[in-house]
Amino acid sequence: MDDAPPNPWLSWRYVESNLTELSDQLTIHTTLTLEAVAIALAIAFPLAVLARNVRWLTRPILGITGVLYTVPSLALFALLAPFTGIGRTTVLIGLVVYALLVLVRNIIAGLEGVDRDVVDAARGLGYSRLRLLWGVEIPNALPSIVAGLRIATVTTVALVTVGVVVGYGGLGQLMFRGFQSNYRAQIATSVILCLVLALVLDLAIVMAARAAMPWARRRRAA
Amino acid sequence: MSIWAEAWEFISTGLDWTGENGLTRPTFDGGWKFANDSILALTIEHLYMSFAAVGIAALTALPLGIALGHVRRGGGLTVALSNVSRAMPTLALLTLFAASAIGFGNRAVIIAAAIFAFPPILTNAFTGMADVDADVRDAALGQGLTRLQVATRVELPLAWPLIAAGLRTSASQTVATVPLAALVAGGGLGVIINTGLATQRYGEVLAGGVLVAALTLAVDAAMGALQRRLTPLPLRATSLVSA
Repeated sequence: MDDAPPNPWLSWRYVESNLTELSDQLTIHTTLTLEAVAIALAIAFPLAVLARNVRWLTRPILGITGVLYTVPSLALFALLAPFTGIGRTTVLIGLVVYALLVLVRNIIAGLEGVDRDVVDAARGLGYSRLRLLWGVEIPNALPSIVAGLRIATVTTVALVTVGVVVGYGGLGQLMFRGFQSNYRAQIATSVILCLVLALVLDLAIVMAARAAMPWARRRRAA
Repeated sequence: MSIWAEAWEFISTGLDWTGENGLTRPTFDGGWKFANDSILALTIEHLYMSFAAVGIAALTALPLGIALGHVRRGGGLTVALSNVSRAMPTLALLTLFAASAIGFGNRAVIIAAAIFAFPPILTNAFTGMADVDADVRDAALGQGLTRLQVATRVELPLAWPLIAAGLRTSASQTVATVPLAALVAGGGLGVIINTGLATQRYGEVLAGGVLVAALTLAVDAAMGALQRRLTPLPLRATSLVSA
């Protein structure tokens, strides 16, 4: 064991000599996450509004997104691979599917939680349905929507790594190669980058939400 | 032949269920392991790994969550734990284990899966115990029950629906996570998916995916039934409404 070459968990030399690859995979990981969450949000929003306004659609929409969520990630990527091929599209679709349920649930919960009196008051002032949704309900539902967005983003960062099965796992690619060659520095570095990415994106959402909800800050100060 | 037809052929062919040489196969050191070419053996192995993981998690998380919930302390700890476990990729833990002294294979996968099964059980046990109506506890204490009796005879039965829900979430989540074991030389149904991908037999991949999804839903349903069965009768009506 003493003759074995050193195999440290943390090595600055590894980071230095593989800087381009690390930043490439980190970029892939980040763009994939952002794209998936953005698409999921774009789909989840109308879906949630529809589920809330058209009563008989509520259960089917929640049911279908719920069943999709129970499909294991490895299986989902593998199931999509025969149809969408190996690579980026497959991973992206899988990530969107998983983010969808969390977002739909939270948006519906947020819209349902809006104070009835506030909605009645806006209606009494002659707000149209669209203006009511945009100007009253969404701002009031924002805390719940943001909470869903945070969970969806953090889980998506973790889930990208499973994309390894179709050859497009971002930092997961490095983890897996490190596993195959027993290269500790590669595994540890990519795991740390992954956790840091999740933390940074989470903080970014919190800060953006704070900027978007100045009234929440004022209330706390008062 | 279409992918669906290939998948159906894989699932419906008898050989793929029981394997060419039975469910087990001898290893070079005189032991045995589950055969890799048998759906039945892989399913049993999958269930064994999942239940071992959930069992370890439950044995550690339940006493801790119940105790913390009873004294109503450590809520921040449970929240922080579940947040970190959400950001930590399963693959990261598996590869970290593989490169460390823990190694890889089924044992490492069970430990990793147990770590991910831990937070939902802990959180639900804590919330269930801590959220018991303070008036109910006071009434029990006023009737002369000791603290231990309050915990076991009053709080625990009231917390049970939530505790069972945590076990259920954790179990179905674990069954859905264990397929990743195949990436680090572990067993279970993930082997079918992984082999199919490696050999570009996508029918087999589809069959493996369907099998895992079906097993996940079956375990979830079984745990749901168990949860209803174990819920004290007076609580059953309300817990059905909330479920």
